[in-house]
Amino acid sequence: MRIELIKRADASPLFSIASPFIALLLTMIAGVIMFLLLGKDPATGLYTYFVQPLLDTWSLEQILVKATPLALIGIGLAVCFRSGNWNIGAEGQYLIGGAFGAALPVFLPGVDTWVLLPAMVLMGMLGGALYGAIPALLKTRFGANEILTSLMLVYVAQQLVDWLVRVPWRDPKGMGFPGTPSFPSGAQMPKLWQYADAHYGLVLAVVLAIIVWFVLSRTMKGFEIAVLGSSARAGRFAGFSARRMTIFAFCVSGALAGLAGIAEVSGTVGKLDDKLSLGYGFSAIIVAFLGRLNPLGCLAAAFVLALTYIGGENAQIAMGISDRATRVFQGLLLFFVLASDTLIQYQVRIVSTAARSA
Amino acid sequence: MSADDAKLLETKGLTKVFGTLRANDQVDFDIRPGEIHALLGENGAGKSTLVKMLFGSLQPTGGIIEWRGEPVTVPSPSVARSMGIGMVFQHFSLFEALTVAENIALSMEPDVKTSQVAERARELSKQYGLPLDPDALVGDLSVGERQRIEIIRCLMQDPSLVILDEPTSVLTPQEADTLFETLFRLRDEGRAILYISHRLEEVQRLCSRATIMRHGKVVDICDPREETAATLAARMVGAELQDIRPAPVSLEAAPVILSVRGLSLAPDNPFAVALKNINFDVHSGEVLGIAGIAGEGQGEFFSALSGEVEQLPTGGTIELRGNDLSALNISERRKKGAAFVPEERHGHGAVTGMRLTDNMLLARHKSDQDSFQSGGGLGVIVRSAIRSATDRVNAAMDVRKGAPDPNAGSLSGGNLQKFIMGRELDRQPALLVVNQPTWGVDAGAAGHIRQSLVDLAASGSAVIMISQDLDEIFSIATRIAVIAKGTLSEPTDAAKMSREAVGLLMTGQTSDRAEVAA
Repeated sequence: MRIELIKRADASPLFSIASPFIALLLTMIAGVIMFLLLGKDPATGLYTYFVQPLLDTWSLEQILVKATPLALIGIGLAVCFRSGNWNIGAEGQYLIGGAFGAALPVFLPGVDTWVLLPAMVLMGMLGGALYGAIPALLKTRFGANEILTSLMLVYVAQQLVDWLVRVPWRDPKGMGFPGTPSFPSGAQMPKLWQYADAHYGLVLAVVLAIIVWFVLSRTMKGFEIAVLGSSARAGRFAGFSARRMTIFAFCVSGALAGLAGIAEVSGTVGKLDDKLSLGYGFSAIIVAFLGRLNPLGCLAAAFVLALTYIGGENAQIAMGISDRATRVFQGLLLFFVLASDTLIQYQVRIVSTAARSA
Repeated sequence: MSADDAKLLETKGLTKVFGTLRANDQVDFDIRPGEIHALLGENGAGKSTLVKMLFGSLQPTGGIIEWRGEPVTVPSPSVARSMGIGMVFQHFSLFEALTVAENIALSMEPDVKTSQVAERARELSKQYGLPLDPDALVGDLSVGERQRIEIIRCLMQDPSLVILDEPTSVLTPQEADTLFETLFRLRDEGRAILYISHRLEEVQRLCSRATIMRHGKVVDICDPREETAATLAARMVGAELQDIRPAPVSLEAAPVILSVRGLSLAPDNPFAVALKNINFDVHSGEVLGIAGIAGEGQGEFFSALSGEVEQLPTGGTIELRGNDLSALNISERRKKGAAFVPEERHGHGAVTGMRLTDNMLLARHKSDQDSFQSGGGLGVIVRSAIRSATDRVNAAMDVRKGAPDPNAGSLSGGNLQKFIMGRELDRQPALLVVNQPTWGVDAGAAGHIRQSLVDLAASGSAVIMISQDLDEIFSIATRIAVIAKGTLSEPTDAAKMSREAVGLLMTGQTSDRAEVAA
């Protein structure tokens, strides 16, 4: 017996739009099963995960905080995935971006001007782009699979940042805790309002979502990305270079991941420490697909993913459910998003091999 | 197998509906053992839909299929194969890095040994006059030989009905003759052969019955031997076809548009053909026909002229109206006045998942930058300008489509080719290079496309037409050259060339292959 996927002649436009919502619904159903297996009340579980965070202002604000890096990285990945390049290493580009940006206040202690933050943001984007360019160059020069190289570079980045904050950049007055000295005020991303945790990184994410949406849907660059993403040969006929696109796509997604990293460092933490790697770079892959590779969709999807983070923390406190359950939820969500998209495009057919023996 | 008059397969009121389109509408069709039956019709007439339902790739919306007098459903191609229906597709599905026997074994049960397959393939190849070495690598074989693999793969199942889709479109006249011998042998064994082709001369030579389809319906069932090619064609398209005649040109007076000297190109993959020292001129007003068997370097020749190559040619010059193109990419070559129509429509000349307006932009974003883009360096796409250009092309080429701006993939082959051709003609290029302009295109669209090539030449442009269809070459080319093993013969006045001479040039330089086929 063999299972085949057969492309549907015409995919239903209604279901194409509904797909992310179907995936969300299926994730909740799977969540109910998971809660039952854990011996917890599923109604309370779903409420704690998906409703309670929306009911108090502190949780709502935390959603904004977490949605910021998820949206920034997700938007960059949407560009990359649309062009047919598979950057799985956004987490590494996020870390290197954070480290590049943090280098300025570390190496210029005592400097505190308004220029510092914009320079750090640019450095963060540069660091992410350069780190993203490595798998791109390995792919275009040597044909190395970018999925493997970009993923492996995440672990390199994690070790590198860990070493930086423990050895050369460690705050001598930090009681031995890993981490740089706290940044001066000119190196901190301003908060959205007084005493807020949410910072202007979110504004950057919204502005970038609109800009990238415009570029993808209205300009030649977006057209080039779409053409090369669907057929490299037609792209060559149009005069586009697939190699240059690979480097471009990795640099753009790397730069946005790096921006997310420096925004997190300068906006949320106020210094570079050993807790920067929270898996945003991986969760943003889900954001990109849940947002249907549309920058505005990614912005919305980032809030959904952020909700699962906060819901997971709530569930851990209120119900004693491990925070690993959050990862399970996110994994289920990605699984169902990809499955819905696939089943909208293809139909499943089971072919019995017995019928073939003549 | 009995050779009586009982129907082997019959359809009654077979209907297939896609959305609002009735691709097959109440089709009554039958085929008997021991006959070669032609299925004729324009592209989009419903031939493929009918065959796909018979072979189980599509399920009918209504009507019945009877096999040996019993109503049956054919849920999948594997069931069709086990019933005794075999099919040889126009496009082969072979792995180039595997041997002939391994390729055949792939389509068999997992427990069949490759050595047994090789043995059986050797027997079949002897029995049916299909010379083939089961241990040869597919990558080393000609298209004609690859087709033989598909035929032998099909015969392994001992089918009662063999369906062949445009089988001669890739063959030399000599190779086609060998194929016909095989078909006659299969027919004489009492097998039924359903022969899909748009080459009416072949149909008249091979087939004792023809079912003609138009717009999803069967319009006629006749004996093609009692018809002329013109009357058959008229029934297919529903009107008399116009005669195409190239305008005579005097080469001495006409200026040279393109001059190629010493063009050589190293192969960029193990299966590519190297181009060796190619020299020719094309003059204003001329259609230069490039004949040749598939896979003799046509694709590489096209890429070298279009500039779609990874490395630039290793030697030689390509001059268009005095400008050296050899260091330029395809966009820059277009800006110098060249236009290109590749062989493959899907995923090369057009992106199937994109709308026609996007496909307009695909080939013309640089040549029509001033009207298709605004915002300076931003490159903002001007949809209205692209839409009006697309409408103009669709009207000029009579592109038939179901929506105002459909996806390229939803058009029939002929209509998509008309669009792609029209997209380039609309620019009034000084030079048009086209590879297989009417491959798999119905007679009506093919006539339209050929006429437009002739008209472009008559307006003073130069046309290079690479084609495996000798009828096409002889009907519109003013001069003919033959490509074989990456070299190009001296272009010769079409009036001084015979089919036999061209056929010899096609195979002459590949005598080893000719011997195998003999």
